[in-house]
Amino acid sequence: MENTVRLQMRGVCKHFGATRALNNVNFEIKQGEVHALIGENGAGKSTLMKILSGAYSPDKGDILLEGKPFAPGNPLHARKSGIAMIYQELTLTPHLSAEENILLGEEPSRYGWIDSTKRRQLAQEAVNNLNYSHLPLDKPVHLLSLAEQQVIEIARASIGSAQLIIMDEPTSSLSNVDVANLFSIIKKLRNQGASIIYISHFLEECQEIADQYTVLRDGVTVGNGSMSDVSFSELIHLMVGREINEIFPESPHTIGETVMEVCNLAGSRKPSSVNFNLHKGEIFGIAGLVGAGRTETVRACFGLDDVEEGSIFIYGSDKTHSIPQKRLDDGVGFLSENRKEEGLMLNRNVAENLTTTNYSRFTRWGFIDKVKQHTSAKQMIDRLDIKIRELSQSVNELSGGNQQKISLGRLLHHNAEIYILDEPTRGIDIASKSEIYKIMGELANEGKAVIFISSYLPELLGVCDTIGVMCRGVMQESRPKAEWTEDEILSVAIGQQADD
Amino acid sequence: MKETKLSKYASQYPIIGPVLGLVLVVLLFSKTRGFLTPNNITIILTQTVIVIIAALGMTKIIVSGGIDLSVGAVVAFTSVLGAHAVSEGLPMVLVIIIALIGGGLFGLINGTIIAGFKMNPFIVTLGMMGVARGASKWLGKNQTVNYDTESSINFLMNNPSQIGSNEIPLWLPPIGVVVALFMAAVISTVMNKTVFGRHIYAIGSNEATARLCGIRTELTKLKVYLFAGMLYGLAGVMQLSRLQQGDPTVAIGLELDVIAAVVIGGASLSGGTGSIFGAVIGALIMATLRNGSDQVGWPNYAQEIIIGLVIVLAVGLDRLRQRRIN
Repeated sequence: MENTVRLQMRGVCKHFGATRALNNVNFEIKQGEVHALIGENGAGKSTLMKILSGAYSPDKGDILLEGKPFAPGNPLHARKSGIAMIYQELTLTPHLSAEENILLGEEPSRYGWIDSTKRRQLAQEAVNNLNYSHLPLDKPVHLLSLAEQQVIEIARASIGSAQLIIMDEPTSSLSNVDVANLFSIIKKLRNQGASIIYISHFLEECQEIADQYTVLRDGVTVGNGSMSDVSFSELIHLMVGREINEIFPESPHTIGETVMEVCNLAGSRKPSSVNFNLHKGEIFGIAGLVGAGRTETVRACFGLDDVEEGSIFIYGSDKTHSIPQKRLDDGVGFLSENRKEEGLMLNRNVAENLTTTNYSRFTRWGFIDKVKQHTSAKQMIDRLDIKIRELSQSVNELSGGNQQKISLGRLLHHNAEIYILDEPTRGIDIASKSEIYKIMGELANEGKAVIFISSYLPELLGVCDTIGVMCRGVMQESRPKAEWTEDEILSVAIGQQADD
Repeated sequence: MKETKLSKYASQYPIIGPVLGLVLVVLLFSKTRGFLTPNNITIILTQTVIVIIAALGMTKIIVSGGIDLSVGAVVAFTSVLGAHAVSEGLPMVLVIIIALIGGGLFGLINGTIIAGFKMNPFIVTLGMMGVARGASKWLGKNQTVNYDTESSINFLMNNPSQIGSNEIPLWLPPIGVVVALFMAAVISTVMNKTVFGRHIYAIGSNEATARLCGIRTELTKLKVYLFAGMLYGLAGVMQLSRLQQGDPTVAIGLELDVIAAVVIGGASLSGGTGSIFGAVIGALIMATLRNGSDQVGWPNYAQEIIIGLVIVLAVGLDRLRQRRIN
């Protein structure tokens, strides 16, 4: 049984206009196997998976599912054939209950009438199977936690006994504890004989969970084999195609005087007590689990959320209660963790997105000098090495990495002194991440101060000077980087007596 | 913030708000002479029938994330169409079927354009509002269509004794009220218990997800507009019965009443939430306010101001409730 091939893709090609998205890609997964599909953004992973789920059809190549030719016409067809896809962005209907979401599109029914007893039974079985029997099935899903929502997605995938489950960046918004839970679910599914294609930028996770790997680069399969036979650096080499000597570029910087002082900060719900000092030329990392109150802390620091107690000093003066506009005037820039909804004006062009907080350089009597605006934007594009076609291109056509660089570019264009970056590297490829680290280093080098929130500990340990760890709304401890280990950060973040 | 029992209930059962609102409105006028009488209650119910029936269709549309501005015009069109049918001497059942087909046709056109060409429903139905209004004027040759007043269609919205042929007590609601409430029960069941109904909620809540889950979103939306159009046709028959003539200029601005009823009943214009029961309550709140203000003798402009404020208040309270959930 172990060795039966579940899915075989041979010589798959796909063109979009003149762009060759996939060229002769081979991919194979067996029963009871977790297979990591690795590659940078734009390497062709999504295209390959969209072919598998019926969204695209290939120009050339064979797909064999359980030994039979397979050409899915639409997502429903793929689903009926036992292929389920769990997308990077959670795809739930927030107003419907967990139960309804699990069986959406496959409601047990007779003559169009829903059999609610049967539906409850199927949903309960699905969550029991994932060891989440206590999940409240009647609640609308927008009231549930991110981790619970993901369990619902997986439960939905397992309905109709999906035999091939594709997970696209499933951990990008999960905390470490939830990732551990997810992995135990994946192992359980694997032991039941399911095949799982696991797509992630987190190579450590891939190494931990996957049996096999396939690396794509520029639409070509550049490597595959058993995960145990390959090293971390080999994987990176395959992915990037060139040596990245260091993912975390060194950039010398010296820590100067205090620029921002946060004392006993408390918000209306979270955080409940936060203290830290931010200095010139410092990269200050904030670690913690999802829900620890990190985002709420920096939102309060930027004047987006109300401050209930405590105080915030910027350059020594009390600036506790404020609004974002005043904060920008104070030289504080904020990059939201939610790039698509808060970070960018997706349907506006590159130049506008880069310059929107600071038009002063090229306006006279309220009129914008577009030529000067584009000159400024162009400088930023060159400085950050952002890949665009033209300045009047709308931002939603760009890749995640380039979008994120534009968000960062806006803060640079604003000439901010204090940079608050909330998960700036989420969901972007390693090369772009590395460039963002480099920019952060350069900022510190220029004497700016950076607050860097991340759920990914290696990058915090890689780039920060100081790391503070939050747990349940409280900034528990902050120490220089050298005094932390990954395990220590994690145990503080969990709250020592890891009760959940 | 301390969570009271009431607000907890309110967040679990969003219908409590509108029901309390209706109770408050009734209490407000309860001291007024002649308000809480069987006759007056029948009058209120009769006045609400058209809005309720149209709101059944509108609720589906709004829950699916759409909007329909063509209601009033389609109601006028089908009432003129029905009047022609009556004057041709057709029996009531055929008249109703013709009106349903006429309304359904506009729904079908709306749905095809919105779902098929992925166009914004606000704009499409704004255009269709003009088309349907123009069509009804053309159909009526720019005047009202009259017919023999003995037609049985008149009894849908009028008590027989009002027309003067019978000795039925005045407090007995006309058949139209029963039809409206019966249809509300049917549509409510469809919305809650059928795959079609739940898919409407799913599409309004997150259309991309619905599509990923294999729901045929375009077809579902098309059906939503089609059925809504047919319900407008039924509302048109009620309009015809009430006036006992087909008037192409009737029901101007009805769309706003209907949308208000649905929204007061707890629906969100961004889709995914709302209920038939809520919409019925919403329609009753507005009708009761109008009737009560009349009884007290408040001038017309005061009524308009009050109802406008109630709409804003209802949505404001809903926002507050939503914020508590988050």
